[in-house]
Amino acid sequence: MSPVSQIVARGIPLPGDDIDTDRIIPARFLRCVTFDGLGEHAFEDDRAQDASHPFDDAKYADGGLLVTGNNFGCGSSREHAPQSLMRAGVRAIIAGSFAEIFAGNCTNLGVACATATPEVRSELIRLIQADPTAEATLDLEALTVTISGETYPVAMADGARDALLTGQYDFLAQLLEAAPEVAEAGQKVPYLSGFKA
Amino acid sequence: MSAPNLFDKVWDAHAVRTLAGGQTQLLIGLHLIHEVTSPQAFAMLRERDLKVAYPERTVATVDHIIPTDNQLRPLRDSLAEEMMEAIETNCRDFGVQLLSPENGDQGIVHVVGPERGLTQPGMTIVCGDSHTSTHGAFGTIALGIGTSQVAHVLATGTMALAKPKVRKVSVDGELGPGVTAKDVALAIINHLGVQGGVGYAYEYAGDVFRNMSMEERMTVCNMSIEGGARCGYVCPDETTVEYLRGRDAVPTGEAFEKAAEWWLSLASPEDARYDDEVHLLASEIEPTVTWGINPGQSIGVGGNLPDPAELPEGERFAVQEALTYMGLEGGQKLEGTPIDVAFIGSCTNGRLSDLREAAAVVKAAGGRVPDRVRALVVPGSQRVRAAAEAEGLHTIFSEAGFDWRQAGCSMCLAMNPDKLQGRELCASSSNRNFKGRQGSPTGRTLLMSPAMVAAAALAGEVRDVRSVGAAAVA
Repeated sequence: MSPVSQIVARGIPLPGDDIDTDRIIPARFLRCVTFDGLGEHAFEDDRAQDASHPFDDAKYADGGLLVTGNNFGCGSSREHAPQSLMRAGVRAIIAGSFAEIFAGNCTNLGVACATATPEVRSELIRLIQADPTAEATLDLEALTVTISGETYPVAMADGARDALLTGQYDFLAQLLEAAPEVAEAGQKVPYLSGFKA
Repeated sequence: MSAPNLFDKVWDAHAVRTLAGGQTQLLIGLHLIHEVTSPQAFAMLRERDLKVAYPERTVATVDHIIPTDNQLRPLRDSLAEEMMEAIETNCRDFGVQLLSPENGDQGIVHVVGPERGLTQPGMTIVCGDSHTSTHGAFGTIALGIGTSQVAHVLATGTMALAKPKVRKVSVDGELGPGVTAKDVALAIINHLGVQGGVGYAYEYAGDVFRNMSMEERMTVCNMSIEGGARCGYVCPDETTVEYLRGRDAVPTGEAFEKAAEWWLSLASPEDARYDDEVHLLASEIEPTVTWGINPGQSIGVGGNLPDPAELPEGERFAVQEALTYMGLEGGQKLEGTPIDVAFIGSCTNGRLSDLREAAAVVKAAGGRVPDRVRALVVPGSQRVRAAAEAEGLHTIFSEAGFDWRQAGCSMCLAMNPDKLQGRELCASSSNRNFKGRQGSPTGRTLLMSPAMVAAAALAGEVRDVRSVGAAAVA
């Protein structure tokens, strides 16, 4: 995987706390054996009930940086949620906080999850709304986001940040390397060795 | 120096090494899989020409998409049938055991794991499902994971994880009549908030948990995730050991005694260290009902709904949004609100003791579910169903107008034919009241205990279970 150090994208404002994964991708779209086509169903039920939903707003159609509230991605562990956002063009999310399973899933897909204070997020939303064509730059090295000439601090979990910066966010290769150590470790765990040890 | 808690001990026993980014490569002792979050993971294995590293530590079942009215194959929903066929093929090709309906072994993944004794203290357990926290009731580290991680665990028997902090949540004293494990779970989430647990594993302790059965402990651990916690657990004790004795996957004879000794040794000692501690009083917990669109928005059944006008400005918007969606008025009583649907089941409350508790209320209250209310009882597994029928619970439910169903996730999550229609309001023993959760984009959910759902079903409106069947809740 190639390292992710900067994400340059237009913004999408999505205010609100506790936006759960059922809202991001309603369960009926989980009746599938691949993740193909999930992008078009992101927020489908919210959009049906809100004509001004940002995912239906032409101004934000090319957006890739989502700015949202606290506890984003709570609820179900479905990776279908970050998959659908990613397939809808989202490459980074700035929230007040994230549900942990969701954030972990994003990292595995190379989608950056950063947190920012309420003040920073409302400024970002204001600037995005003022000029939806403005390109925002999320800098993972500097831990900043810059848009329309303004720069603000963001934070990221160390593990996720390192994984993206080093391009090691697909953990599978790393985990596979240790196969002999894994086998050995298993022999020391009482229930895996039949309580004989 | 304070001593390690259970989480520390189990973590250390499974830590293989530290990865470049600082996460731990953690050995996984039991990997439960189901039809929704595994097909893409198996596809990843096929793409990279990888095998399942430890098929003997991997067990599959089908629960989310399976209909509960008619499970005959092929399933009427062709997408569901495709998913059934995919898990059957994947299990066959990769040598994984499938607990299938044909063998009478099927059920909700978090019901079948414990009932077969697959879930044992001291294990690391993962599943591509957030309610994997259920298995923490046995003193395990049990985590919900995404599909990429399912592929990691399948291929390596391990996953990358940063160690969370541990918060001890103690509930002391004695629960009042009609107050159940579900009410304890809802009270904890209300107290700490839906994101209060982010960054933490919860250790549940105190009198209330000590006195709980394993099934009650599972109900509380199940909802850890609704409070934002990565997982939740109860330390193993004699209740744990006696529950496990004689179950299918549990060692027998001398090995069982050895196992029990190890299990009990894992419990956090009196002087264990925690990153945080919280205390709640059992006497302050009432039969609880959610009124909003997240599981933290709840009140005691006799209480008044919050009035946005009386709240600090920062809280007003979220409360008003929830009340508007729910069609409820701030400041009013929730008790007496008419319901359209009653659902008893799910990985939170679909076990035998839950069905007994609901049936006891039905028996004590008498009468029938009004015609305008659709009521269903969905056992969590085929074994739960058989055990309930052996006790005659199905007759009690059926005679009172409840629909007695086959095992599955049913109306908890809207991936099968059991769904709300339009703006129906559902009294539900499940775990999530999110907008649209139960299958209608405008459907509404009131979370409560199975006993409270039974009382609501018979009355056709939200009722205090304590006023319905005094005999049942004593």
